[in-house]
Amino acid sequence: MGKFKVVHYINQFYAGIGGEEFADHKPEMRDGVVGPGMAFAGAFGDKAEITKTIVCGDSFFNENLAEAKKTLLDMVRAEKPDVFVAGPAFNAGRYGVACGTICDAVREELGIPVLTGMYEENPGAEMFKDKLLIVATKNNAAGMRDAVPKMAALALKLAAGEQIGASIEEGYLPGGTRVNFFEKERGSRRAVDMLLKKMAGKPFVTEYPMPDFDRVEPNAAVVDISSATIALVTSGGIVPKTNPDRIESSSASKYGEYDISGVEDLTPESFETAHGGYDPVYANADADRVLPVDVLRDMVKEGIIGKLHDKFYTTVGNGTATKSSKQFAAEFAQKLKDDNVQAVILTST
Amino acid sequence: MVKEIERAGIPVVHVCTVTPISMTVGANRIVPAVAIPHPLGNPSLGAAEEKQLRRKIVQTALDALATKVDGQTIFEVK
Repeated sequence: MGKFKVVHYINQFYAGIGGEEFADHKPEMRDGVVGPGMAFAGAFGDKAEITKTIVCGDSFFNENLAEAKKTLLDMVRAEKPDVFVAGPAFNAGRYGVACGTICDAVREELGIPVLTGMYEENPGAEMFKDKLLIVATKNNAAGMRDAVPKMAALALKLAAGEQIGASIEEGYLPGGTRVNFFEKERGSRRAVDMLLKKMAGKPFVTEYPMPDFDRVEPNAAVVDISSATIALVTSGGIVPKTNPDRIESSSASKYGEYDISGVEDLTPESFETAHGGYDPVYANADADRVLPVDVLRDMVKEGIIGKLHDKFYTTVGNGTATKSSKQFAAEFAQKLKDDNVQAVILTST
Repeated sequence: MVKEIERAGIPVVHVCTVTPISMTVGANRIVPAVAIPHPLGNPSLGAAEEKQLRRKIVQTALDALATKVDGQTIFEVK
């Protein structure tokens, strides 16, 4: 079997042309390896060869996007490599964006597997990590020694058309695609190891990182509850019987807005839950257990609150993307505001 | 959702059973509930008693809304 053919993309700095003052360098293609290509060549051994290196100034690329893309695509097309490698760009913003953009174009338009590397906070990573394999690197060129072996191994797999493992195994930035793999140790052992490290105050790596949640400052207290209009919102999936809008039992793609004017009590004949993540028996028998309409009606009559808002908003909080819930709530919060609702009780199961 | 409502400028209280999740998500006014499948109820109680329990939780939620908070605060149901 012959060697795989690799085309490598680098910027003017790594090509040894110069720094910022040469960032307008126009695209050129050279034979063989240039700059960091040497390290890759070493890592590839006799399995692959960098036949061409494309060099382009970072500013030229980003300021002349269409032209640069076209020129570079023509170069890559002519060479027909088995895999296209760009960078690594570390935390260089324009370089990262250039690497991501050209990789995306080569993959999309030429159907050639592509690979790049950059620091996780490089804007190019945010832009392309869900489209491309981007090996996670340090934030400066000192990380070259770590990055090259990882990128080379992955590039060989891509060239050979082999299955790519999970991001944690291969070292690329998670792009949101789930890949199954077998751990060497069973879960109980890994959990106890993690716990011991935590108790000893040593660093440990979670297997289930929580997404970054932002914070919102609390609003001022309601001055007079007895004259306030209160609205009910729930993630517990309470819907009118038969779930007319077909809100999904998990990973909900929508929320419901339902009129409860005149409803004194949620009965099993009129309301149920669409939620698929908890035992629905109790909510189906009496949905007030999730959405306390009955109690709030009594409180209106007794003058404890001013009014129960005529509409309630509901969705199923079961595997539903943070992004979706955020979007649902941003939308109905505006409606609540337009309807002069003074406070919200949000219930979750 | 609780944060988007807060962000829109409407005071909001989160009634939920797993309060650590509510803390992680970033709710500012939190009232602990009874159980996951029946946060504001308890099927083992009689109907009147159960409604009384629900009323106590709702009253705590209303008190939370009427209380100034500086950061995330859990209001225990008395």
